[in-house]
Amino acid sequence: MRVNVTVNGEKLTAGDVWPGESLLYVLRERLGLPGAKNACEQGECGSCTVYLDGTPVCACLVAAGQAEGREVVTVEGLADGDRLDPVQRAFVECGAVQCGFCTPGLIVQAHALIAATPGVPADAEIREALAGNLCRCTGYEKILDAVRLAAARKAAP
Amino acid sequence: MDFLRPVTWADALAAKAEHPAATPIQGGTDVMVEINLDKGRPSALLDLNPVAELQDWDESDGWFRIGAGVSYTRVITELGAWLPGLAQASRTVGSPQIRNRGTVAGNLGAASPAGDSHPPLLASGAMVEAESVRGTRLIPIGEFYTGVKRNALAPDELIRAVRVPRADGPQYFSKIGTRNAMVIAVCSFGLALHPGRREVGTGIGSAAPTPRRAPEAERFLAGELDWEGRTAPSPEAVRRFGELVVQAASPIDDVRGTRDYRLHALAVMARRTLGWAWAEYKGE
Repeated sequence: MRVNVTVNGEKLTAGDVWPGESLLYVLRERLGLPGAKNACEQGECGSCTVYLDGTPVCACLVAAGQAEGREVVTVEGLADGDRLDPVQRAFVECGAVQCGFCTPGLIVQAHALIAATPGVPADAEIREALAGNLCRCTGYEKILDAVRLAAARKAAP
Repeated sequence: MDFLRPVTWADALAAKAEHPAATPIQGGTDVMVEINLDKGRPSALLDLNPVAELQDWDESDGWFRIGAGVSYTRVITELGAWLPGLAQASRTVGSPQIRNRGTVAGNLGAASPAGDSHPPLLASGAMVEAESVRGTRLIPIGEFYTGVKRNALAPDELIRAVRVPRADGPQYFSKIGTRNAMVIAVCSFGLALHPGRREVGTGIGSAAPTPRRAPEAERFLAGELDWEGRTAPSPEAVRRFGELVVQAASPIDDVRGTRDYRLHALAVMARRTLGWAWAEYKGE
């Protein structure tokens, strides 16, 4: 089957889609967007987090056909050309990236948290928001630093 | 595999009648795991996301009718004030990303004994609104779970909504897991006090082939509580309540926990939720 989906503002069509495949597979293997990562395939790790109609979801748990006609934003869609999104910049500056595999999912989820929170979220809120994103390098302290930094810059630019 | 994509509820019912083996998919948080890990491959997926009728909830005569497409996130943020037990349980489901997609109706469709929605639905006396091209029926929650991952839906039926009565007293939910997020319950317990009719509701999760109530524990506690004077139940009564909850369970040893651990934890959760509920009832 074919799936028409707007990804990062661009209307795209994926062909030859098997009805049981996931949005993640379509993004990575059919549309050439490998930013969202494929790890657990069961919603446990958050590495495939993308926005679906503005809501962060695990792309591995969205059936490809469910994305028909909808808007997806992946980590590739956050930067403005060469200008990194403030959340991405904060991750770089704080050293919140080790192996990098969990980073795209964490960036999208942190981006959603910061967009939805006035001011700087409390640590408990950050931990709760990122509870579904696993970093197996266990670089959580730096990740928390990055989220606080990005939120603080947004609150007081 | 076929991918069916009805846009109206009437079309969805017609599609299910024509393809009774089709697996309905809403948030996909259970269905896609099965497919991704190749644990099962349905003949067809019936995508209910486009069906707008399922995306709303409303209230009439003290009952909330929660459309099958309403996410856990919305149950927490929009219904928490009236359905605290269900909201607390929803809050323990997966992660934010999972709660953004997963639904209570999906939990019922999957009918896992470990599903987090089940204990509060049992404790509050919810109803499942099932519909097919043949008509609509309301299934009392206690009759809905028929076996491990089995429910009372006929092959041509879909869940239209879950109906939950507005809380008429304190409601609490407790769940055991290895961490605070992303855990399938080792076991769980829901408690609802109904002071108006002097009754108690319970729900046991992940400690029997199906979610189930503890009717003897409910009757015992309802008779024991000082509804009028609101004095605290005696330590013996609290302990006895825990024992009766344990007696209603029949857990197994599995990868998440042992039978003995589950029985012990259930007694603890029963006593603890009672403590919280009574403190709220007394206005503490």
